[in-house]
Amino acid sequence: MNTLDLLIQGLGVAVQPINLLYALIGVTLGTLVGVLPGIGPATTVALLLPVTYRLDPAGSLIMFAGIYYGGMYGGSTTSILLNTPGESASIVTALEGNKMAKAGRGGAALSTAAIGSFVAGLIATIALAFLAPWIVRFALAFGPREYFALMVLAFVTVSAAFGDSALRGLVSLFIGLTLGLVGIDLQTGQARLAFGIPDLLDGIEVTTLAVAMFAIGETLFVAAQGKRAPATVEPVRGSLWMNAADWARSWKPWLRGTVIGFPIGAMPAGGAEIGTFFSYALEKKLSKHKEEFGNGAIEGVAGPEAANNASAAGTLVPLLTLGLPTSATAAIMLAGFQQYGLQPGPLLFTSNPQLVWGLIASLLIANFMLVILNLPLVGLWVKLLTIPKHWLYAGILLFATLGTIGANPSVVELGMLLVFGLMGYALRVFGFPIAPVVVGLILGPMAEQQLRRALAISQGDVTVLVTSPIAATLLSLAALALIIPMILRARGRGKVLGQLAADSD
Amino acid sequence: MSTEPLNANPKRRPDGAALIIAAVLLVLGIIVAWDASRLGGAAQYARIGPQTVPYAIAICLAGLALWTTLEAFRGDFPERDRQDALPVLWIVAGLLLQLLTIRFIGFSVATGLLFALVARGFGERRFWISIPMGIVLSLLVWVIFARGLSLTLPHGPIEDALTRLIIGPRTA
Repeated sequence: MNTLDLLIQGLGVAVQPINLLYALIGVTLGTLVGVLPGIGPATTVALLLPVTYRLDPAGSLIMFAGIYYGGMYGGSTTSILLNTPGESASIVTALEGNKMAKAGRGGAALSTAAIGSFVAGLIATIALAFLAPWIVRFALAFGPREYFALMVLAFVTVSAAFGDSALRGLVSLFIGLTLGLVGIDLQTGQARLAFGIPDLLDGIEVTTLAVAMFAIGETLFVAAQGKRAPATVEPVRGSLWMNAADWARSWKPWLRGTVIGFPIGAMPAGGAEIGTFFSYALEKKLSKHKEEFGNGAIEGVAGPEAANNASAAGTLVPLLTLGLPTSATAAIMLAGFQQYGLQPGPLLFTSNPQLVWGLIASLLIANFMLVILNLPLVGLWVKLLTIPKHWLYAGILLFATLGTIGANPSVVELGMLLVFGLMGYALRVFGFPIAPVVVGLILGPMAEQQLRRALAISQGDVTVLVTSPIAATLLSLAALALIIPMILRARGRGKVLGQLAADSD
Repeated sequence: MSTEPLNANPKRRPDGAALIIAAVLLVLGIIVAWDASRLGGAAQYARIGPQTVPYAIAICLAGLALWTTLEAFRGDFPERDRQDALPVLWIVAGLLLQLLTIRFIGFSVATGLLFALVARGFGERRFWISIPMGIVLSLLVWVIFARGLSLTLPHGPIEDALTRLIIGPRTA
C-alpha cells in the first residue's frame, strides 16, 4: 500500500467524532498553554499523562500532538502582543511582531503568524507522511549498535551542539542520565540508586521530572525576579486582514521557513526554536526592506512562525519512525506511547498502522482547527493575558501538582516534585538548559539497553560499535556536533550558538 | 580595605557558586560509583553488567566537575541576576504544606492552601480572598477529575460532604 492510501485510511480514523473531539481539546489546550507564559506544551503533555491513563491510546496521542501544534500557534500571540514569548519557539517572533503591534499592525502580524503556521504545518505534515515510510524501511535494518549510535548523536545535539556552553548542556544531560539510572536494572533485577526507597524502584517518572523542572522551576524563577519589568499587553489594533503587500511579502518567508524548520526538527537536532533563528537571519538577509528589521518587518514574523511549526512536525519524524525524541515535548510524548505499552519505531508502522496514520492524518485536521481558533478567536486568547500574575502562577501550580497527585499521591512523589522543582529553578538561575535533563532521563536507559544488547551479541567486543558503517557515521557526526561548536565558541563565534539555546519545550 | 588591589577586579576571583556546582557534581559522581560498586553479578561473558554504565556516568560527572572548576576560575560562568529569596520560600512552603497535609485534609483544602501561598509569593497578601478562591477552584478540579475522569485524588471532609450531597450518603 502506498502512502496516499495509508493517509486516506488514517483520515478515516481521524474523522471519527471522538477523535475529532480529542484533536479539538488538544489544539485548544495547546493554544491556551502556548499563550500563557510559564507553561508550555511539554509541561501540559506531562500534566495530562496521568489523567489520560485510562483513555483510548489513539485519542490521547492525537490530543498530545494537537497540544504540540497548538503551543506553536499560541506562542506567537503572546510574543506579538506582550513581547514575552509564551514558549521558547516564539522568542524570535517577539522581535518584529511586538514592534508591529506597537505600530498598530498587530492584526497583520497575528495573521501572518497564523497563516504561516498553517501553511508550514500542512506542508510539513504531508512531508512527514511521505518521509516516514522511507525512514522506516531504512530503520528496519538497524540493530542495537545503530540505535545506540543514534541515541549518542541525539544526546550531543540536544545538549552540547547549541546553546552558549557545551559544559552546561552536558552537565544537564548527565544529570538526566544519572536520574535515568534510578530503579531496577531490567536485565539483572538489581536496584540502582534506590537507597531502599520503594517509590524509587520503578525509576523516576518522566512526568514528575518534566512538570517539576518546567512548571515549578519556572514559577520559582519568575517569582524570584520580583517586580522587575512589568509587561504591557498591546491591544489588537489594525485589521486582521493582511493587505496585498503583506501577502506579497509573507508567502516566500512562509515557504522558506518551512524548508528550514522541517529538516531541523526531523534531524536529531533539538527543539523547534533553532529553526526560527535561522529563518529570521535568512529573511533579514534576503529582505528588500532591511531597514524595517528591528522596527516591525512582517518577514521577520512570517518566516520564524512557519519554521517553528514545520519543526514541530519534523520532530515527529524521528519520534514515530525511530522512537527517538529530540525535544522535551517529544520525550514526554514518547513516555505517553510507553504508558500504553506502545514503542514508537519502525515496527509500530506495521503493528499499529491505524494508530500511526490516524495520528498523522489528525494533524492535518488539527491545522485547520488551529487557524480558526487563532484568527477569529484571537480576542479571547488576549483576555487570558490580562489575568494577574499571582492568580496565573497559583493556578499553574494547582495543575502542576494535580498530575502527580493523580498518579501517586505519596509524600515521596510529591517530595520529588518539590526537589526537582528547586533543581529546575537552580538550573535556570545558572543558565543550564532544561530539555537535556528530560531527554537524558528518558533516552538514557534506552541507550544503555541498546549498548548492552550490542555488546552481548558481540560477546563484549567493543569495536563492534564502530564496525557498522551506519553506526560509525552516526558516531562521527556526534563527535563533530560536539567538537565544531566548541571550536566556534573558543574563537568567539559563540554568540550565534548562544542565541540558538535549546531552552525548553 | 576596598582599595586593596586583590579586590580591584572581582572577575579574577573564582566564582563561588560555580565551585559549589562542581562540588555537587563530584559528590553525585561518587554516589553513583559507590552505588555501582555494591552491585553484584559482575560482568559476565559480555563484559558489561549493570555497573558498567553507572561507572561511565560517574567518570563523566567527575570530568564535568573538573571542567566546571576550570570555568569557575576563568570566570566563564554567566552573570546572574539578583534573586529574591522570599517569594521562593513562600512557594516552597506551599508545596511542603500540601504534601504534608493532603492525606488528612483532602485534595481541595491542601491544594487551596498551596494556591494561596503561591499567590502570596507573587505579592497577593489578601489570604481571606486567596484561600477560599483556591479551595473552590481545587474542589472544582476535584469534581471534574475525580468524579468525571475517575482519577484517584485524596479526599477529605469537604470532598466527602460534597459526594454525600450529590450521590447520597451510601456511596460516600
